[in-house]
Amino acid sequence: MAKFKGAVVIDEERCKGCNICVATCPFKVLALQKKEVNNKGYHYAYMENPDACTGCTSCGTVCPDACIEVYRAKID
Amino acid sequence: MEVNDIIKPENLVYHKPALLKDCTMHYCPGCSHSTVHKIVCEVIEEMGATEYAIGVAPVGCAVFAYNYIDVDMSEAAHGRAPAVATAIKRLQPDKLVFTYQGDGDLAAIGTCETIHAANRGENITIIFINNAIYGMTGGQMAPTTLLGQKTATTPYGRRVDLNGYPLAISNLLAQLDGTCFVTRQSVHSPAAVRKAKAAIRKAFENSMARKGTSVVEIIGTCNSGWKLSPVDANNWMEEHMFEKYPIGDLKNV
Repeated sequence: MAKFKGAVVIDEERCKGCNICVATCPFKVLALQKKEVNNKGYHYAYMENPDACTGCTSCGTVCPDACIEVYRAKID
Repeated sequence: MEVNDIIKPENLVYHKPALLKDCTMHYCPGCSHSTVHKIVCEVIEEMGATEYAIGVAPVGCAVFAYNYIDVDMSEAAHGRAPAVATAIKRLQPDKLVFTYQGDGDLAAIGTCETIHAANRGENITIIFINNAIYGMTGGQMAPTTLLGQKTATTPYGRRVDLNGYPLAISNLLAQLDGTCFVTRQSVHSPAAVRKAKAAIRKAFENSMARKGTSVVEIIGTCNSGWKLSPVDANNWMEEHMFEKYPIGDLKNV
């Protein structure tokens, strides 16, 4: 079976730090910033564990503010 | 393979729909309204209906829906969105007309318009967000509030003797001959979002095929009104809301 590796790009200024993507990610890739905040004062999400991402799009699908772009590439 | 090697335009598999405007939505973090806005935009884009879709925004939290969804939108007086949509659809029968309403708008002040529009079998789609509370005005009891649920106006929980029973309006609408598709969905998980999206697509197709009124009820969260974190609100909804408002198709003709 072909293996996939993914990555996400989070629009940090659009993110409201609701934590839904972090709770939804099946591979525990995402986390909220502990100290850093965006201009609105929210602890935005970032890829804490990028190696585990498979590009399954779960985070993007549930993100209420549509701030997650998901990329997926096949590993030969 | 490094992250930078993956982030290339040809590998893009999920992105913000172009119909959702770039401005930040005013909704609280984790609000279901924003998720539903996003899937409505995705469905309109996938159907290629950008040029002929007309939405009607309600009064309530979603009052600014016309600022976020980049199609023709109209604003209706409180609860009167199905009446406005009726007029638009009758004057322009080849347009895709939908209303977007919350539970205070559709199930309280707009019960009359909703039931009569559905009973006449107007070829419109009603997207109904049920979060069991009046979110915009500060979390008061709505007709859909669950028994025992604490709100600003029922601080000790909703009581039958004082406040009556929660209103499952989709079940009422499913009884009417004018409706062709009545379904209840939610947007708390990726699978639920995909199902809700498929339901909205089916409802839009029904209204273009002039089959009658389609109602898509989406059980949503109001984490600010419920005084929970967004993730806890999703869990609370799964535990309590689905018991009274089970997910699934109520009518599919």
